[in-house]
Amino acid sequence: MSSAALVTLRGVSVAYGGHVVLDAVDLTVERGRIVTVVGPNGAGKSTLLKVALGLILPDAGMVERPAACIGYVPQRLQVERILPLSVRRFLAMGVGQGGMNSVLEAGLERVGAGHVLGRQVADLSGGELQRVLLARALLRKPDLLVLDEPVGGVDMAGQAELYDLIAGVARDEGVGVLMVSHDLHVVMAATDEVVCLNRHVCCAGHPETVSRHPEYLALFGPRVAGSLAIYTHAHDHGHSADGSILPLDGGHRHGPECRHG
Amino acid sequence: MDEFLIRALAAGLGLAAVAGPLGCFVVWRRMAYFGDALAHSALLGIVAGLLLGIVPLLGVIAVCVAVALILAAQGKDGSIASDSLLGILAHGALALGLVLLSTLDKVRLDLMGWLFGDILAVDWPDVGLVWAGGLAVLALLARHWRCLVAIAVDEDLARVDGHDVRRGRLVLMLMVALSVAAAIKVVGVMLVTAMLVIPAAAARGAARTPEQMALGAALIGGLAVAGGLAISWQWDTPSGPSIVTVAAALFGVSRIMSASCR
Repeated sequence: MSSAALVTLRGVSVAYGGHVVLDAVDLTVERGRIVTVVGPNGAGKSTLLKVALGLILPDAGMVERPAACIGYVPQRLQVERILPLSVRRFLAMGVGQGGMNSVLEAGLERVGAGHVLGRQVADLSGGELQRVLLARALLRKPDLLVLDEPVGGVDMAGQAELYDLIAGVARDEGVGVLMVSHDLHVVMAATDEVVCLNRHVCCAGHPETVSRHPEYLALFGPRVAGSLAIYTHAHDHGHSADGSILPLDGGHRHGPECRHG
Repeated sequence: MDEFLIRALAAGLGLAAVAGPLGCFVVWRRMAYFGDALAHSALLGIVAGLLLGIVPLLGVIAVCVAVALILAAQGKDGSIASDSLLGILAHGALALGLVLLSTLDKVRLDLMGWLFGDILAVDWPDVGLVWAGGLAVLALLARHWRCLVAIAVDEDLARVDGHDVRRGRLVLMLMVALSVAAAIKVVGVMLVTAMLVIPAAAARGAARTPEQMALGAALIGGLAVAGGLAISWQWDTPSGPSIVTVAAALFGVSRIMSASCR
């Protein structure tokens, strides 16, 4: 399966001024798979994504990134109001020369934001901007999507639609997805692998397994974990790049600092 | 029209053509304080030029470029806030310049001229330097335009899109350093950031794209130079401050116009 890897991190450590943000993190995203990183604030989730993107160089460990084209949705994008930039132009900048109007418009329709094409980026609401960012990432026809809380600020109905869209892109187009999400319900429903991060990888594996993991329970508390019990459902299969059903391989694996079982 | 006025106009328009588009990046990327810091440290360049017996403008260019390189190299270490570092560099260089100035036997320096500009004293070689440097900067700007606009939107996105962000940032800092050095000749150390910031801000109202704003800033800068020189000629006011006053007035007009369009 290593030939299908789009990005691989091995033993990645990052420290800012002596403060360890990431400690010996391993991570692999393969074609057609959705890997979701969960964890509390300050767990190093965004940093992990930036290391995977090559925006931050790790202090130790190695990053391999065979993915040719990456679509990135940052956690927040602040476009100064003094910069005149239409949504059309912003999308075209990501796509390159092939950014015909009809293509851009279709890309926006896909994320439910067809009406904002002529607007200025600085005038968009938070939810609209997130949709535009996702459209921009998808328009690049990426091998790998890196999404840092992609639906932040999007209304509830829209969130479900966008997560469905992301899952569909992974399933139908074989795009690998590396995502940070706080929405644990969604994580449990539509993710192939959950990485539970608190500077080091606490536990990783299939959502169903991870949600019963002691470290996961310790991290999110029994209340959150308990409320999720209604939503969890057993996955007895996975999907391959062409959408066909595959048996599940592997439960969860232990992080280096796990002290249980 | 007297020849010195034609020379002043030629130099001023050449500067405006460059400072307008570059000023857009200064306001987009919140680099106004960077321009100020360069201008303050330029005094060191002037004095160093005098001490070494070279043209002061070359000393200014050398110091501005050096400060830009130090700031670019400092990068994102983050151990000291970049505005603090700017302040330390700017005022350290300014103070050193003043100390060195006091060691000169007889002061051959027209301090007021440098502080507030002396565009009426430019000679043809100065004009040639401004235009040659200006064309070089514009060519560089055009070459890196897509990258620079992408960086102005967001550096991380630009990097993922495949732009060389480090090089773009360095090129931009060097271009701003060169234009600050040229602008000192026209409006002086105290007002140099105004030539970058005010025309760009004034051009925002009517612009729908980055390119429109850059072009508009160049035109408004040119208008300010022509208007300021006319006022200076008519009422014998100092030329540099007159130019900046006209630019500020144009900014006010653009604000009122864009507010009434809304």
